[in-house]
Amino acid sequence: MNEHEQGDRRMELIIGILLRLGVMLAGSVVLFGAVVYLIRNGAAALPDYKSFHGESAQLSTVEGILSGVWQFRGRAIIQLGVLLLIATPVARVVFAVVAFALEKDKLYVCLTLIVLAILMFSLLSSVLG
Amino acid sequence: MTILVFTVLVAVSSFVAGLVGALTGLGGGVVLVPLLTIAFGVDIRYAIGASLISVIATSSGAASAYVREGYSNVRIGMFLEIATTIGAIAGALIATMVSTRVIAIIFGVVLLVSAYLSSSKQREQPTVEECGSLSQKLRLGGSYPTPNGPKSYCVCNVPAGFSLMFTAGTLSGLLGIGSGAVKVLAMDQAMRIPFKVSTTTSNFMIGVTAAASAGLYLSRGYIDPGLAMPVMLGVLGGSLLGAKLLVKAKTKSLRLVFSLVIVALGIEMIINGIRGAL
Repeated sequence: MNEHEQGDRRMELIIGILLRLGVMLAGSVVLFGAVVYLIRNGAAALPDYKSFHGESAQLSTVEGILSGVWQFRGRAIIQLGVLLLIATPVARVVFAVVAFALEKDKLYVCLTLIVLAILMFSLLSSVLG
Repeated sequence: MTILVFTVLVAVSSFVAGLVGALTGLGGGVVLVPLLTIAFGVDIRYAIGASLISVIATSSGAASAYVREGYSNVRIGMFLEIATTIGAIAGALIATMVSTRVIAIIFGVVLLVSAYLSSSKQREQPTVEECGSLSQKLRLGGSYPTPNGPKSYCVCNVPAGFSLMFTAGTLSGLLGIGSGAVKVLAMDQAMRIPFKVSTTTSNFMIGVTAAASAGLYLSRGYIDPGLAMPVMLGVLGGSLLGAKLLVKAKTKSLRLVFSLVIVALGIEMIINGIRGAL
């Protein structure tokens, strides 16, 4: 194994742990939101999933979700967990940019920044609504 | 049906899908959308949104286990993610433009192709001389552990693999699946990367690819918390258990059964798409 590969190996190990922590955090938040949601609405009739309405801004924008969490709404807390889950792979890419920079690997810093830019394009569309 | 009953039923089904998906290596995500639409009558757009979230969860949750084995290649993954993430955004945009019937038919075809691909054989590995210069320029080669010490490999047909990855990303963004089968096809068959390296690196890429389209799905209101919650928790639990059992279980017959289930679901999706029953 050369030096590059050892550096890569270390990076992958840390990324693996990072991803796992992100999923555990997101999963716990979703579970907590599920408990709140089911205690309050568990006995209610099922919402109409057979036809598509699209979620309201309260559940489809970061601002709406955060204000719902502030009001302790179960569905908003679940959606916060979903946001954390989406952020997990993004954090992984950010970490890879830093790790490649530490390895002084300019080519891969650039390639990873391209991936990050594409992800940001998608995520900003949900922040800006 | 009350919300509680529905949530429990969906969570249990998702758990089984995640478990079998992990045991067979075929991924649970691919059966989730047909399951939700056919068995629970959920609109395919909500089903795709929920499935996409579970795909991120399983990919990220399994990553650290895969990394420890020492097969995954972060450079190959990162380079190809440029193709898969652009594809994923394209797929998510296409999803809003075509009718749900078309999506159902494409989904069915992809299910049939995945079942076929999972039964295809592995190829012989090329020697380093056979690989193009791109593999070296991008430093994509690496080595992986074998009983006889580390074995080095290189990467062939980089442009072809890159294009296939774009397709994999588009399917992922359009259908809310990991499209692991197409990713492994690109790496294993086109780029001639060793099978173990392909599958583990593919898992690594699936989360980033799905995150690229998930942002768009969320902002379009495709992700319903009441549906995404049991699907995500169920699939995650099932796949984590599956990864633990994997070492002991004999999966050959299970794999065959699951492939047949995928074929049946694929045909059902196509028929429903043509009849407009979804």
